[in-house]
Amino acid sequence: MNFHFTNKKISGILTILPGNEVTFEDEMGNYNFSEVKSLKLKAAMGFNKKRIVKPGVTGSDLCLHGLNYLLDHDLLQKDDIDALILVTQSPDYIMPPTSNVIQGALGLKTDILCLDINQGCAGYIVGLMQGFMLLDQPEIRKVVLMNADVLSPKVSKRDRNSNPLIGDAASITVLERSNIVTSIACTLKMNGMGAFALQIPAGGAKLPYSQETAEMIEDANGNFRSKDHLVMKGDEVFNFVQTEVPPLINEVLKLANITKEEIDYFMFHQPNRFMLQKLADKIGVSREKMPNNIVENFGNSSGVTIPLAITFNIGNEIENKLYKLCLSGFGVGLTWAAMVIDTGPLEFCKQIDY
Amino acid sequence: MKAKIIEILAEIRSEFDFNEEINFFDNGMLDSFDIITLVTALDEEYKISIDGTDIIPDNFSTVNAIETLLSKYGVK
Repeated sequence: MNFHFTNKKISGILTILPGNEVTFEDEMGNYNFSEVKSLKLKAAMGFNKKRIVKPGVTGSDLCLHGLNYLLDHDLLQKDDIDALILVTQSPDYIMPPTSNVIQGALGLKTDILCLDINQGCAGYIVGLMQGFMLLDQPEIRKVVLMNADVLSPKVSKRDRNSNPLIGDAASITVLERSNIVTSIACTLKMNGMGAFALQIPAGGAKLPYSQETAEMIEDANGNFRSKDHLVMKGDEVFNFVQTEVPPLINEVLKLANITKEEIDYFMFHQPNRFMLQKLADKIGVSREKMPNNIVENFGNSSGVTIPLAITFNIGNEIENKLYKLCLSGFGVGLTWAAMVIDTGPLEFCKQIDY
Repeated sequence: MKAKIIEILAEIRSEFDFNEEINFFDNGMLDSFDIITLVTALDEEYKISIDGTDIIPDNFSTVNAIETLLSKYGVK
């Protein structure tokens, strides 16, 4: 499904990272594999260090820290926020919506739309789309899009499939109408038949938490996890990404009437370095144009990896310069989406620690 | 090429004998994580980039299967 947005823009991006850093070697002893094998995998996948929260810290804490930073530095005014979107798979509560909790904590006006969206790896694109759609409403002039995921507590420390790569983070992206003519092209696809390729089986209405769901079970590859933990069918997800994402990129480039050579950067969701390198080769763009250094520095923070790739790799430059970006997210749902968007000069593009 | 493939496989899982023409996955000699290490090593050795859609167990289940895959990329 294609979407087109006109006269909208991103005016600022802030990413918020937990100050707590864990290295691959810190946790390597948890896995039921030889040290040699683990280190070979580390090199291929780009595992190195990651940021994860201290116990008790949630996505809303990271978002509030970021929002207060923007308010304190006059980069955002409370009364200007007409919509507050939170894209997360780790809400503070089943009810109420976490976006409402954040609104209350900040004391924002009541003429506001607060909206939680349950999306993961493609959540940045889905959030941008929702924000741009809201900006067509006359009374909505500024949207604050928050992406936040704190999934480290939901991953078994003895699961080599997922634990080395999962990181926690949040981002805040401010969206506005643009005074100059802009055109944003977006392509989105979903396939619920693959929904259980990435899931947390227990904790919802279908399978509430219990002693049984907390039981640790060994899988065929020697990983230990319970039904309370995130489980990923790595082979299926890898094949889905390699099969579906390259044609998606061709589709969005065609929609935007642009060639891949005209794109300055392909800022993609980053599950691991190997997957990104294979995608770059398949799409036919240099690995330099598709940064793949987020997992090795911060871990995979789901929907936050795209804004984090921007703040980490071109944060200073994009505050002064216009870039033609191709963004793409793919994973949970299954959902895969891409967007071609001119971005910059931004009012701010920074990352801070919590 | 066969000898080089066996040498690379032995570097990844030194506890097994890869000279035998048996299915490496059915016999627990390789798992999906080993494929990633193997593809990285083959890409580097032969200066190729094995397509992501070719990274499936069937293409790495025996030395013959790996040879067939590499020949698709012009490796002789």
